Amino acid sequence: MSYHSRADLGGRPLESPVTPEPEGDPFHGRWEERTHAITLAMGATGLWNIDMTRAARETLPDYDDLSYYAKWLAGLEKLLRQLELVGADELAAGRALRPGPRLPRVLAAADVAAVLARGAPTERPPAAPARFAVGQAVRTRAEPVPHHTRLPDYARGRRGRIERVLGAHVFADAHAHGQGEQPQWLYTVVLAEDELWGARAERQGLSVAIDAWEPYLEPA
Amino acid sequence: MSGHDHDHDHDGRSELGEMDVRVRALESILAAKGYVDPAALDILIDTYQTKVGPRNGARVVARAWVNPDFRAWLLADATGAIASLGYRGRQGEHMVAVENTEARHNVVVCTLCSCYPWPVLGLPPVWYKSAPYRARVVRDPRGVLADFGVTLPASTEIRVWDSTAEVRYLVVPRRPAGTEGLDEDALAALVTRDSMIGTGLARAPGDRA
Repeated sequence: MSYHSRADLGGRPLESPVTPEPEGDPFHGRWEERTHAITLAMGATGLWNIDMTRAARETLPDYDDLSYYAKWLAGLEKLLRQLELVGADELAAGRALRPGPRLPRVLAAADVAAVLARGAPTERPPAAPARFAVGQAVRTRAEPVPHHTRLPDYARGRRGRIERVLGAHVFADAHAHGQGEQPQWLYTVVLAEDELWGARAERQGLSVAIDAWEPYLEPA
Repeated sequence: MSGHDHDHDHDGRSELGEMDVRVRALESILAAKGYVDPAALDILIDTYQTKVGPRNGARVVARAWVNPDFRAWLLADATGAIASLGYRGRQGEHMVAVENTEARHNVVVCTLCSCYPWPVLGLPPVWYKSAPYRARVVRDPRGVLADFGVTLPASTEIRVWDSTAEVRYLVVPRRPAGTEGLDEDALAALVTRDSMIGTGLARAPGDRA
């Protein structure tokens, strides 16, 4: 098992309270602002995609110990090093020690609004008809996989029901590893409380919806 | 994990200084190599500090409260309905709106990272990205709601939406009682960020912000 995500937190036995926060500036300090902006600007170069970014962050060895934007910064530095755009020596020195390659795209100030408005839609024309229909019973993949995936651990090997067919979308599992978009049908799958957590003494009247790509699902 | 429940969300002063130096260094390296334009960074920051935030989503909700046709459009095609008010793009490319009723209360999370509908809510608060929220809300949503001072009747079903793909969810909270005479702007002022995530309720008229 060479791939281990440390970001898959759903259902973990953490009991700490959640601390509400007033609306206001989403950043807590200048370095958070700059980290967010640099990450978006480098993402706009097209050198990597959002799934690669998530994979870079979720496999950080010290994921649990880093604050949110520290994860972003460490993930960005990791991608830059992997592509040899920035050397470890440069990060250590705190300045550029050699010129870099010319990038195909650099986000210009004048283009920011248009680039944000365009976003990065993931829906694609489907290659085949959808395998499942609304209302159908399905079971999620039970086995863990040795790569980036978007099927949370708590939802593995569970029986659920298709609630919505969302179209064919870029398949994160492949896209994160440079294997192209490989669009797959995406479904909203609803999982019942007992199916997820067993027959608890104090039921909460809960159901959980996940968005699951077709390869995660089998008929049930 | 249990030793790190707090997720170091509010960075200590020492980390702040260290992180500031590290980010400044990275920015100067990237700018020197021509990979980033610092002026573009300034615009990105200003966008998410002053232009894109939960007041956008509040306008969407208020419109849905007063306009049945818009409400129907929002529930059938949230991406299109939201774009008609000028909110679109990054991290809101594929929107779904889910409406709270007496029978069902909706709550949104991303257990795998921090997926959040930026065009309508801006960037997420610290708690949304924190380990306790992501761990607990799919298992103990009523406990999490209690942390926000929200108690729902036992008869109200709770649906948690885990944003595991590129679809982003906007909760349409219930319209508070006693708001029949209010116009859209006044209604939007009652719509809190948390009510559009599902960890809060819309404010009643006269409640303090």
